[in-house]
Amino acid sequence: MGTDAGNLAEMRIKKGIGVSPGVAIAPAVVMDTEEFDIPMRHVPVDHAQAELARLVKAADVSKREILDLRARTVERIGQETASIFDFHLGLLEDKVLHQKISDTILGGNVTAEYAVATVLRGYAKEFLGMPQYLAERVKDIYDIEKRLLRNLTGQRHESLAHLTKDVIVLARDLTPSQTAGMDRNHIRGLAIDAGGQTSHTAIVARALGIPAVVGLNDVTAEASAGDSIIIDGTRGVVVIDPDSETLANYEQYAIQQVEFIHSLDALRDLPATTRDGHEITLLGNIEFPSEVRTVLEKGGQGVGLYRTEFLYLGSDVEPTEEDHYKAYCQVLEECQGRPVVIRTLDLGADKYTQSRARVPERNPMLGCRSIRFCLQNLVMFKTQIRAILRAGVGAKVSMMFPLITNLMELRQAKSIVRDVIEDLEEEGIEHRPDMPIGIMVETPSAALQCDAAAKEVDFFSIGTNDLIQYTLAVDRGNEKVASLFSAANPAVLHLLRDVIRSGLRHDVPVSVCGEMAADPLFTMPLLGMGLKTFSCAPPALPEIKKMIRSVTMEQSLQVARKVMNFESDKEVLNFLHAAARKVLPAAWPD
Amino acid sequence: MATLKREVKIVNRYGLHARPAMMLVELANRYSSKIEVSNGQLTIDAKSIMSVMRLAAVQGTILTITADGKDAEDALASLEKLVQDGFGEMEPADDGPSI
Repeated sequence: MGTDAGNLAEMRIKKGIGVSPGVAIAPAVVMDTEEFDIPMRHVPVDHAQAELARLVKAADVSKREILDLRARTVERIGQETASIFDFHLGLLEDKVLHQKISDTILGGNVTAEYAVATVLRGYAKEFLGMPQYLAERVKDIYDIEKRLLRNLTGQRHESLAHLTKDVIVLARDLTPSQTAGMDRNHIRGLAIDAGGQTSHTAIVARALGIPAVVGLNDVTAEASAGDSIIIDGTRGVVVIDPDSETLANYEQYAIQQVEFIHSLDALRDLPATTRDGHEITLLGNIEFPSEVRTVLEKGGQGVGLYRTEFLYLGSDVEPTEEDHYKAYCQVLEECQGRPVVIRTLDLGADKYTQSRARVPERNPMLGCRSIRFCLQNLVMFKTQIRAILRAGVGAKVSMMFPLITNLMELRQAKSIVRDVIEDLEEEGIEHRPDMPIGIMVETPSAALQCDAAAKEVDFFSIGTNDLIQYTLAVDRGNEKVASLFSAANPAVLHLLRDVIRSGLRHDVPVSVCGEMAADPLFTMPLLGMGLKTFSCAPPALPEIKKMIRSVTMEQSLQVARKVMNFESDKEVLNFLHAAARKVLPAAWPD
Repeated sequence: MATLKREVKIVNRYGLHARPAMMLVELANRYSSKIEVSNGQLTIDAKSIMSVMRLAAVQGTILTITADGKDAEDALASLEKLVQDGFGEMEPADDGPSI
């Protein structure tokens, strides 16, 4: 199959950001997604009626969704806020609008998606020129457009949910609900135009253990459905229509990788102990309750980071206390008595909140995100804390606050927890009042103040992704500076060492839950610095365990000591490569 | 049954924003007559929310409503009243349109 492709089409190599390692080779499926250019696609004349039927169906589904949303909003917030949905319903029932979209489909023999996007964006443009309070309705028009497109393409996603052959998904961007609904057995890899290392797609791909490359800009325009695709998530490369030589090389590489990964399965039930007997705790990072199973299958001893953002991103309305409670209970049940660290909401610098913000922030990564957002939205924050405290009864649960930059924030958050505990006591609701509380150390300010913070928390968890970003002032989603983003930068290593040492001095447990914990290159230096707990994406667990079991503490101490002497990330990486290769050659083939 | 016509003036502060526009469209849809509204430049179907919004009728705008059909007279009377009453928004409101 591949040799033919080499003759028919020219090989194209696209460079992006590798966010989930590994190699996959499969035909492409190209997805249209909301918010982006919908390509004009013609349909055969006799298919236009079918497109009309799809439009009617999508409008019906959208109507039902809005009625449901309105009912929930009336119940939770009130009639006044819910009335915005009347306008949305009015648009969906608008005969003039429907006629115009239908005419566009029939007139040009185009897809329903294209007609919806063209007509609604035409109106949106017109509204933009109106007085401000009318111009604001543009948001509602876009909202309806997105909903219709989602429900139109939703019919096509069905085919993504029930695949019979392996595919690689190419998309402009993926929404959380799209990734959650994917058929995990047949999707071999993801190639995404948008996004960076920390995008939702990246997190999900790592959780699923499938290779992914993001930040490709226009891969969806370059490739068509059915094209042969190679994804190299380790190097951040996508090859479209590879020639036979490239294909053979990658096939060989993929086989080696699979063999290595299979060799790790045998480790699952063995402890994560160094060769000289130091016991290390290995935990998994999860986003969905269903991932707990993968953590346990891969030999994780619990959940070191439960990201709760999905509860908010998966639906249009804020989750209720019961939504939280149910999700947490499910995680705890699946964990069967193993420890779980629940991180409170870490949203803000993403499309979700920015698109809902009245005034989008100019610099969201330095804006009202994460704990700052929570402290300004106390009702929402308290709802989550209530659910965590309730779910914690009789379970090994800790609560963790993200993005702490000063002690006042920590104290404020802790006093809110005390308020919630008082409320629960007054209401006679069962809860866990003595829940351990920790913070993410993911800003230079938190790392530099960790001695003071250590007296007020039960544990630290170092989030290396944000710590690197804020220490080095690099947005790794920006390809012009992404190469500056490096865990091996000496400044990052110094901060890490200081936090781990501070924890040891104050008897405060420290874990690393960022991607660095999942990178076997850094296992030795982290062990040597004194780290006892690693928390990483489930697919990385076996390799990290293998690494831990292959080294001695003495070796690690040496590596940790020596790594502090280098002046550039290149030197650090070269040194770590050589050191890791010496103990585990199979993980770094030539 | 001739076409009936009535001129009305938008009196509420925020004009035909989403909520009043929806009220107007909902009311128009209760009648079988063909109802159109014009702002002098644009004449649109009063039963379509998107079209009514396109009028961009701010406070002070004069609109011409025409109705053609069995219940044209009733339709015009009730629509005129709705607009004259400021869509129920005539009490002092300083905090902008509600939606």
